[in-house]
Amino acid sequence: MKTLAYALGIGVALATAVSGAADAKTLRWASQGDALTLDPHAQNEGPTSTMNSQIYDALILRDKDLKKIPGLAVSWAPVEPTVWEFKLREGVTFHGGQPFNADDVVFSFERALSETSDFKNYINSVSEIRKVDDYTVQIVTDGPNPILPDQITSIRIMDQEWSQEHGVEKPQDYAGEQETYAVRNTNGTGPFILEKRDPGIETVLKVNDGWWGWDVTDAKTNVTEVVYKPIANPATRVAALLSREVDFVLDPPLQDLKRIESTPNLKVQQINQIRTIFFGLDLGRDELRNSDVTGKNPFQDPKVREAMYRAIDIETIQRKTMRGLSFPAGIITSPGVNGYTEALDERMAFDPDQAKALLAEAGYPDGFGVQLDCPNDRYNNDEAICQATVGMLAKIGIKVNLNATPKSIHFKSLQNKESDFYMLGWGVPTLDSHYVFSYLAASEGSWNFTGFSDARLDELTKAMEVETDAAKRDAMIAEAWDILKASNAYLPLHHQVIAWGMSDGLELPIVPNDSPSFRMAQMR
Amino acid sequence: MSIDSDSGAKGLLGRALDSDLWFSFTRSPVVMVAAVVTLLYFLAAIFAPLVAPQNPFDPASLSLGDSFTAPAWTEYGMPEYLLGTDDQGRDILSTLIYGARISLLVGFAAVILSAVIGISLGVTAGYVGGGFESVVMRVADVQLTVPGILVALMIDGVARTAMPRELHDQIAIYVVIFAIGVSDWPQYARVTRGATMVEKSREYVQAAKVIGIHPLLIMLRHILPNVMGPVLVLATIGLALAIIAEATLSFLGVGVPPTTPSLGTLIRVGNNFLFSGEWWITFFPCLALIGLVLSVNLLGDWLRDALNPRLR
Repeated sequence: MKTLAYALGIGVALATAVSGAADAKTLRWASQGDALTLDPHAQNEGPTSTMNSQIYDALILRDKDLKKIPGLAVSWAPVEPTVWEFKLREGVTFHGGQPFNADDVVFSFERALSETSDFKNYINSVSEIRKVDDYTVQIVTDGPNPILPDQITSIRIMDQEWSQEHGVEKPQDYAGEQETYAVRNTNGTGPFILEKRDPGIETVLKVNDGWWGWDVTDAKTNVTEVVYKPIANPATRVAALLSREVDFVLDPPLQDLKRIESTPNLKVQQINQIRTIFFGLDLGRDELRNSDVTGKNPFQDPKVREAMYRAIDIETIQRKTMRGLSFPAGIITSPGVNGYTEALDERMAFDPDQAKALLAEAGYPDGFGVQLDCPNDRYNNDEAICQATVGMLAKIGIKVNLNATPKSIHFKSLQNKESDFYMLGWGVPTLDSHYVFSYLAASEGSWNFTGFSDARLDELTKAMEVETDAAKRDAMIAEAWDILKASNAYLPLHHQVIAWGMSDGLELPIVPNDSPSFRMAQMR
Repeated sequence: MSIDSDSGAKGLLGRALDSDLWFSFTRSPVVMVAAVVTLLYFLAAIFAPLVAPQNPFDPASLSLGDSFTAPAWTEYGMPEYLLGTDDQGRDILSTLIYGARISLLVGFAAVILSAVIGISLGVTAGYVGGGFESVVMRVADVQLTVPGILVALMIDGVARTAMPRELHDQIAIYVVIFAIGVSDWPQYARVTRGATMVEKSREYVQAAKVIGIHPLLIMLRHILPNVMGPVLVLATIGLALAIIAEATLSFLGVGVPPTTPSLGTLIRVGNNFLFSGEWWITFFPCLALIGLVLSVNLLGDWLRDALNPRLR
């Protein structure tokens, strides 16, 4: 009897505790790899931007259909062909209480343009940022830039005072392994406030009740806390979802989607992602770093590149490794991006016999040895794709030594230009091909590790920044694609399909950039 | 005279067949099965290239199109892949045979390493005594308080940060052997030290001392053979433990590199496909590991009982 009384007492206590916390809703989520840094201008990488976009706002935001909506700017328009004017939102404060004004915008853009920034290529057409008054800024570009509003959706605004106080006026030098105050501490204007940052272990965000956007944007969350945990092992990640340890898994392994879907109270959302996966070949050097060919670089021979392209059986990778959740690609950008056409996306046929013949013509009848660098926690089944490629290239005689590392190591080694042959995936936040050329194909592109350099393509890339006639600009884009595609400096693999696994009680719109906006999350 | 010629004619085999050890072996069917299973593992591992239907480490022989094939007797099976294939189209049976090879190699080498370290320190400590003994045994005590797998993890971790990645991958297997070997030596040191202290006071050792034989020779020729019994038992059980330790390290992803998978690596890889119903990728490596460790352990247990006069 006494025990029963105790049990009842505990029950009542528990019930009160639960009802007391009824309006506190915690969303727990997981993915394979953590944000690399919280400095909003240091690394232009998907998961890093996803985390930072919860905390920091840009002048222009994107809604769930990726359409531009007013962010920290309420309106924008060109006042002259080369000058865009932005009217800023008044009454916004940073998480630390500092008021937001034009000085912060000027400061943030200059920061994003500085040497250690990884966001330079978004806004490399910008020559000057002017403060007109406290709530008006003008951005001056080298020539007319029709897509500037698209480009600046990724430039996040920091507080000038806070940055000066903590000595973070310049972005962290990520490749140089610099550690600054802004790497683990934040002060944005965004819908969530950083509560706890334990890199690689746990990141806790609290809702910002005073966010300016709750009334004026599409956002209306009832979540009060967002807890993120990276779980590298795919099976553990699924187990965490199945056991409800997390409510949302950004990247459930493709082989487990059926299992998640068939579990009561769990669901899978799918959408074609704007991200293409490909291999890069370093054809700039005279000799590869890790190869048994000395004195020359086999990748410089177009026949070798074509042979490698033709040796990859992308359809089997699609069917087996990706379980159908990918689309073989002919260029390194996806449908939905301006400049993409189905004709461009046609692949050269898979033909191992011809590949062998091409290798022999190039002077490598017995193939050669080379190292392939791959991430193992970034793209869907990235390591498995690379392993499959090792087998396919072995069939034409190319002996590949696979070096699969976590993305934090992989990207660092790419940026320090240490790779001959690497896997990379590229999404297009601006939804325009220019972004691809300026980062991946232009000679000075900061993510162009192929050494590919083409004067005409550089010229076109510059020209399309300032061309306002849409038809002429599209012609430039088409010509640039033809040059890049013909070079085979990149071996395209496929466009990714995203699948999110989540509990039935969670409403979170899936977006083609694979970047969840928790400001739109609704939990039951 | 007649006795001499008699024992000579019987030879080593005869003496072995006549021994208590053989007697107790033939009396225990469980041990005989364990011995046969262990022997099969050894043969398969040694002759892997001849036995295995496919060389799973040759990427050119793999066919991605055949990946995720179920075992041959199931509905979607293919006769050429008896136990099915993994995510890259590798034949599971062949991977098991090659994987057991790595596991056994690491196990044996680690046991030999820890036995050599442990025995030499243990016998010397027991024979010399004094300050040397205190230091060695205290170090052993301290190491015994830390679980062996942690010591191995630490050694592997240090090796990983200390050397460039390519180099580490090439010598990963030696690092694992070293890590497991070093973490296990205190067991051997303790046992041999105790036995040495008993032997040291026996008359034959005293006699050897009196006629002026060098201490090193006394340890090697007179004491060592008499302490080998318990060491043999320890080594057999140690082999099973070392195989488990290697599997654990590889399962955690810090053991041998995935390009030359051991049983632990295979279990880790297969683990990712458990939820999706491709059970054979992890099930058969688990079964193989259990079979190997169980039979080695049974042999070790039997050896311990058979060599212990008090249990007879």
